[in-house]
Amino acid sequence: MSSPDRSAELLVIAERVVAMAAPGEQVEAYVSRGLSTEIRVYEGEVEHFVSAQSESIGIRVIRDGRTGTSSCGTLDASEIAEVLAEARDNLGYGEPDEWAGLAEPDGVAVVPQSLWNDSLERTTTQRKIELAKLLEKLTLAGDSRIRVDDSNYSDAAGEAAVATTTGIRVAGRENGCYLSVGTLADDGNETQTGFGFAVGRNVDELDVERAAREAVDRATRLLGATKPDSRRVTVVLDPFVTAQFLSIIGGTLNGESVVKGRSLFAQRMGETVANSLLTLVDDPTNPLAYTATDIDGEGLAARRNVLIQDGVLSKFVQSSYSARRMGLPTTGNGSRGGSGAGCLALQILPGTRSQAEIVTGIDDGILIQQVQGLHSGVNSVSGDFSTGAAGLLIKNGTLGAPVREFTIASTLQRMLLDIAEVGGDLEWLPMSATGVSLVIHDVTMSGA
Amino acid sequence: MIDNDILERVLAEGLRTGADFAEVFASDWRGTGVGLDDGKIEQLSTGRNRGAGIRVIAGETTGFAHTADLSEAGLMAAARVAAEAARQGGGGIKVVALTTQAARIVSPIKIDPSTIGKAAKVDLLRRVDDAARSAGGAITQVSAGYSDGRTRIVIANSDGLVAHDERVRTLLRVSAVANGDAGMQTGFDSLGHTMGFELFDKVQVEDVARAAAGRALTKLKARPAPSGSLPVVIKAGSGGVLFHEACGHGLEADLVAKGASVYRGKVGELVASPLVTLVDDGTMTHEWGAIAIDDEGHPSQYNVLIENGILTDYMWDYLRARKEGRPQSGNGRRQSYKDLPMVRMTNTYVLNGEENPADIIKDTANGVYVAHLGGGSVNTATGDFVFGMTEAYLIENGEITEPLREGNLIGNGPQVLRDIDRLGNDFAMGNPGTCGKDGQGVPVGDGQPTLRVKSMTIGGTAS
Repeated sequence: MSSPDRSAELLVIAERVVAMAAPGEQVEAYVSRGLSTEIRVYEGEVEHFVSAQSESIGIRVIRDGRTGTSSCGTLDASEIAEVLAEARDNLGYGEPDEWAGLAEPDGVAVVPQSLWNDSLERTTTQRKIELAKLLEKLTLAGDSRIRVDDSNYSDAAGEAAVATTTGIRVAGRENGCYLSVGTLADDGNETQTGFGFAVGRNVDELDVERAAREAVDRATRLLGATKPDSRRVTVVLDPFVTAQFLSIIGGTLNGESVVKGRSLFAQRMGETVANSLLTLVDDPTNPLAYTATDIDGEGLAARRNVLIQDGVLSKFVQSSYSARRMGLPTTGNGSRGGSGAGCLALQILPGTRSQAEIVTGIDDGILIQQVQGLHSGVNSVSGDFSTGAAGLLIKNGTLGAPVREFTIASTLQRMLLDIAEVGGDLEWLPMSATGVSLVIHDVTMSGA
Repeated sequence: MIDNDILERVLAEGLRTGADFAEVFASDWRGTGVGLDDGKIEQLSTGRNRGAGIRVIAGETTGFAHTADLSEAGLMAAARVAAEAARQGGGGIKVVALTTQAARIVSPIKIDPSTIGKAAKVDLLRRVDDAARSAGGAITQVSAGYSDGRTRIVIANSDGLVAHDERVRTLLRVSAVANGDAGMQTGFDSLGHTMGFELFDKVQVEDVARAAAGRALTKLKARPAPSGSLPVVIKAGSGGVLFHEACGHGLEADLVAKGASVYRGKVGELVASPLVTLVDDGTMTHEWGAIAIDDEGHPSQYNVLIENGILTDYMWDYLRARKEGRPQSGNGRRQSYKDLPMVRMTNTYVLNGEENPADIIKDTANGVYVAHLGGGSVNTATGDFVFGMTEAYLIENGEITEPLREGNLIGNGPQVLRDIDRLGNDFAMGNPGTCGKDGQGVPVGDGQPTLRVKSMTIGGTAS
């Protein structure tokens, strides 16, 4: 038994709102409904079980270049009428913006994605609990120094629909499940932490063994770590770290930031901004990406965009607003409710060598396995970059002792130019950027 | 919002499968937000969100379900889901009799922002834009946000408690970009209180705008921050987040119980410099983290966590206090009705010392003076923390000299607490903050007098 796709009902609600548009008004309605489960296991018992149901509607009205929005956490018909009235009232206080407007259908074909899996719906609660318990058990069995903080199973199913007076009509649904475990490793002197996770469209795709192994590994490998001396070094970013770094780079290649004078790459189109080894694409149409999607937040087809080609800046991601303002076509990267533009599934085109091969060629360096405080340490407007880090020393081509409590710092502009190699070890991660080992020269390390 | 007799029936439904505790947390939020960017009021948005979360505890297992449907039928359905989730077998009927608690007011509200016209809110942002742009010709971009929200809350549980609360928060955020020869720099400032629109009678929004613009302008002349370990002097009201991250989280009883805190088993021990007395205070009138009751209905408290360097107590919610057989401390908080409560901080601050702050700087031969800190994070199990310096200067020969570009500051919580060697007498609260834990954000405040840490690692690029 599986539930039918009810996103069409949401589209009916959205269309009903759009039909209420007065002459001269542009109206967009975004309607969504979701159901999620979260199970936490601790010491073999269910610690909590959360069952969550939510629904919401967001309405945007544009008239004479003025925009007003309003939202509400229920789909009651009486409330929806009030939301529309509020959005209309709100636009009276906005200032006219000649570029304000909703996305218009642009003829780009949608690349269909399979974002829904019926079998997840049929999975019993018992099986979900067992998975979280199994993950805890396997993790504890991995190393005698390991304790488990919590072991979690979660899943979510969501349906959404967008309709606009400009002719956009889309609806769809998506589901997926996730396992995660937090670990503590003690050696008598100190405690270190780690985590592991697994993602899938159904529970059979969840790689429990790998999640357990990585959670053990992340915590134990830092035991006995020391603080390294301050110096300039070559760093090798682990794929998971590269992905976090890419998310920040992606944020700077954004048409909204460019038109508002906040992008450090604003005047650099067509120029060399990175080492020629780097080709960066945003490709939500690649089904391997966990954040693959068929449409963007404005209801346009998601598409593949090359942002940096062989080191040369080639494109900014755009919402319909920023594209209109820059006189360019949109790239299908609009955020929901007209709140900006964003990358959907970033990927560096991989090189050829494995991380192990890369390390053999480095005399003095550090393999960065985790970063801390990236959000507070990077200024995406000035490009200043500084983050707490932990990892392994690299000496004469060999991985050595663990190190922690140091920072690596540079600027985003310099780091891109200082890329010395892109690994061949592409890794798909549950975030909007893909991982790959990345070698960067001449990074300042601050420690003792 | 919901009648007591309905609450009684819903709680009884939650207990039907044999659970020993049931709770309803219902809230109704209404808010307004206005954004200004690029010289224009971009959009005004309003929202409403109401619903109830129902928690049922049976032994060691908590079941939780939430609904946007506040009718009796909607609440009963959620109670059944939560009860089923917490099912321990057995089953019985327990009668719940509720006693409404007297309302408690910590932050009296003079002007409910929902009674103020939208035009007045828009006008605040226009003033911000003007003031920030007038601060210097190099200011090239300003964005600002105003938001207010009023939440009505009802909490009832099977121990017989019913508590009502009404929370009003008003917030202004300003961010400015300055453009100079060496590229762009940013500056940020914010103002937020558990207060109504009277906030803007007390504080001129132009001052907030000028502070943000000033930070961006200052950094145009900044040189790269040093790399390595140096003494760090932190200006009053700008480094409370250090205590929030470096030790506050480690004093949350849920993390302590799982052994995920470096402060486990340390009550009664010296964990900080004897100069340090650290308090978590939900009763601090009008501060961003102030609450009359926590999200489990327990009155907020003034809790001393560290006294003269000695760890005195952790912070507690219902579940942890129940397990340890001790009183709660008013720290059970949640982001919304959709979330389970956890142990959370409120306003966390270090009490005043005795020194003149100018003397602390004068006695520092070489170091860094931090005048504004950005966000941070901590690993509670190791105590390792990181946060960003968004306004900092060099100290050379006992004087504050050149401004520094942004960089992270890193350290280990227990070590930094021991390394505080000077404490000023100029206590101030800092910017309003949002504390994240397990995916939930709650409003918190922090504060501290000017103080010096003997040595911290500065993650800059200058050698």
